Amino acid sequence: MATVRIQHEDFDAAAESALLTRGRTDAGAVVTFTGLCRDEQGALSALELEHYPGMAEDEIARVAAEAEQRWPLLGVTVIHRYGRVRPGDNIVLVVTVSSHRQAAFAAADFLMDYLKTRAPFWKKEIHADGSEGQWVEAKDADDRALEKWRE
Amino acid sequence: MSNANLKLSYFAWVRERIGRASEDVAPPQGVRTVGELIAWLGERGEEYAYAFERPTVIRAAIDRVHVKHDTPIAGAREIAFFPPMTGG
Repeated sequence: MATVRIQHEDFDAAAESALLTRGRTDAGAVVTFTGLCRDEQGALSALELEHYPGMAEDEIARVAAEAEQRWPLLGVTVIHRYGRVRPGDNIVLVVTVSSHRQAAFAAADFLMDYLKTRAPFWKKEIHADGSEGQWVEAKDADDRALEKWRE
Repeated sequence: MSNANLKLSYFAWVRERIGRASEDVAPPQGVRTVGELIAWLGERGEEYAYAFERPTVIRAAIDRVHVKHDTPIAGAREIAFFPPMTGG
């Protein structure tokens, strides 16, 4: 069973990774991916992350369960933040644990590709002067990324 | 008979354009699918017409599960409409 948390508070990637491997002797690989809030042109002061409470947890849990069916995983943790985050802040964490690296890498990649297109979160740009900017548009590249997981 | 006690939820720019986060509606019986519900909502006023001006980009969930526009709405308690997601 994956651990899924939707929270405003920040997370500690190293601590979450340690939680999944503590006391185990069968884990040979841990992959942690952290997605950050990025400012491309110096005009962004923050992102406001809106989410669909209830569905966000459910949908990420469904994606995590799919990953656990496809790869022999010993542990999965996904944390996604909501609310206001600033450039450099953490947004999302994926941790996968397996006996071998291939499964851990592939499952983390799969989880991120599906989170981006299926988890009900929306990002709005907040300008340096505090005014609200545009909603971030979904990228076709994110949809195309899913194609590699379809067999 | 209408589809009574249906809760609608809106997110991101769909919510902003309509001007509310949720509401209860009773669509007429002829409204059978998610796509038909979108078409019906689009006729409720300017703000709805604006929110649903490009129906094909609108994503929907019934009781917190993603669905396509041809999905029947019978039995749904909550239907949410939102733009393509941009999390991660």
